[in-house]
Amino acid sequence: MDKAIKSKFSLRTRPTSEKLVDASFKNIVVAMASMVAIVLFSIFAVVYYESTESISRYGLRFLFSSAWNPVTDEYGAFTAIYGTLFTSIASLLIAIPLGVGTAIFITENIIPEYIRNVIGIMVELLAAIPSVVLGLWAVFIMEPFIRPFLNIIYELFGFIPFFGTQPLGAGMMPAILILVVMILPIITSISKDSLNQVPSKLRQAAYGIGASRWTTIFKVIIPAAISGITGGVLLALGRAMGETMAVTMIIGNSNNFSWSIFAPSYTISSMLANQFGEADGSQVSSLMYAALILMILTLLVNVFAQWIVKRLSLKYQ
Amino acid sequence: MNYTSQKSLTYNPSLTRNIGNKALTIASALFAIISVLPLILVISYVLIKGGSYINLDTLILEPEPPGDDLLSAGGIGPAITGTFIMSVIASIISIPVGVGGGIYLAEYSKSGKFAKFIRFGSNVLAGVPSIIAGVFIYAIIVSTKILFGSMFSGIAGGISLSILMVPTIIKTTDEALKLVPNDMRRAAFGVGASKFTMITNITLPAAFSSISTGVLLALARAAGETAPLIFTALFSRYYITSFDDLFYEMGSLSVLIYNFALEPYEAQNQLAWAASFILVVVLLSLNILSRWIGTLGAFSKK
Repeated sequence: MDKAIKSKFSLRTRPTSEKLVDASFKNIVVAMASMVAIVLFSIFAVVYYESTESISRYGLRFLFSSAWNPVTDEYGAFTAIYGTLFTSIASLLIAIPLGVGTAIFITENIIPEYIRNVIGIMVELLAAIPSVVLGLWAVFIMEPFIRPFLNIIYELFGFIPFFGTQPLGAGMMPAILILVVMILPIITSISKDSLNQVPSKLRQAAYGIGASRWTTIFKVIIPAAISGITGGVLLALGRAMGETMAVTMIIGNSNNFSWSIFAPSYTISSMLANQFGEADGSQVSSLMYAALILMILTLLVNVFAQWIVKRLSLKYQ
Repeated sequence: MNYTSQKSLTYNPSLTRNIGNKALTIASALFAIISVLPLILVISYVLIKGGSYINLDTLILEPEPPGDDLLSAGGIGPAITGTFIMSVIASIISIPVGVGGGIYLAEYSKSGKFAKFIRFGSNVLAGVPSIIAGVFIYAIIVSTKILFGSMFSGIAGGISLSILMVPTIIKTTDEALKLVPNDMRRAAFGVGASKFTMITNITLPAAFSSISTGVLLALARAAGETAPLIFTALFSRYYITSFDDLFYEMGSLSVLIYNFALEPYEAQNQLAWAASFILVVVLLSLNILSRWIGTLGAFSKK
């Protein structure tokens, strides 16, 4: 090659400054990404560390005792654990048919697309309303409105322990209903997304062999989208278990265990919100123990949700 | 063999399957109506009831202590500025961490073990109940007085809100950058750009609108959160007047709603409704704005 041309088109070597910027940028973003892991681990470590006193003092007895007495220093979280599990599962049972039904309604070709989009956006905007505002609404509007109906149930079915106390305001049932409102958008939007991802070929094939609309939905569309729907339901369960403000405002905050869904109760998160500010000594440690239980519960649900989405997801191209 | 059948091919509405179909369609429509109902009810109550208590005084004045004056409860001014300040603090922390983490996941380690672990961890962090974030910050910042000896402070509140924002921002940044076509990266490398230049000048601008959507959604969620604030920022009835006030208790709209909704006084309850009005209007606008920005990007999900 001609020497003149060669000197004209020499390879540009990277200056050290450019290499330095490149390397340090990579280190910075790695550090940022690691922050997630560090925060997650330290949340567990701190909550565990703060609760060691109660863990060693009560052990597993803590889970099955409903004593909560700062005077005698005797603590047990059974009422709160039962309240957390019962309210979240009950709200899930109500929200699943509503949410999945809505998702089907707005993904199927039943009404014009314009109206479907409006319904979809409205359900998603419901998720944007802060929990404390829903709590305010529940305390002043919803609970007074539903109380007469709950009273009728109490008068008719009061002999069943689940309805065994008179509804007098705050209690488990209004808390369940407000939780339904809070988790409905999650179930609906995730179900909607996974229903939308089912290829139209499957639907056309089902219609082609003479299946009716709902046979197609139940036998073809829902099974194909079940992984996403299950994932959404589990995420909603995790959210319901950890939901704090609306529940704290409406559940009545009482540590007395009762089978009745009309009686005031507690969830772990409402117990934390209610007592953590004024707690000291071994009460803090017991509250931290309860927080640890809540974290483990939500962690299990979330990990299971991620696992099930991976496990069940059918890949359609 | 004879395959002909005498059944009619026209639609027969009295067939069991057609009746069942219709019933299920009506049921699903009913479910959709029930699902939309709470939104309409909550929003209309907040807008009508809350809106009726809004005037210049409520927006500017400091709230009165409950029970002092039965007719007026003052205003929500300090709570508005408090929510704003803590959202800004939370954004200052969470945007660099979230966008940086997202860049790492999407640009440096697409499917490495560490990246998988970070994605998993970010999903788990997103599922951690918000009150746990409050408990955590209480334990490491408030009770240890690590911030120059101050206990409850606006800064502690902002930090606990940032924990809730990071997972959303990481996830949206990661997904937004993945939607940028690889051709653009190769083209940038082809003309001799370094990786840093490629990311800051090519892929980040291309993904900008989707990332902003994620940031705004995260902000809208954090600004309405109460649980992480009730024992980190606590509540204050006063405006902040100097930089030092960031290290003291700070009021916020959400904690004001929580505190005043449970007061037995009518005037305080009205203030809670007024605060809900402001909070809901701001958060819904943020949500709608973020949706609109999300549709602007060249590579956003349509």
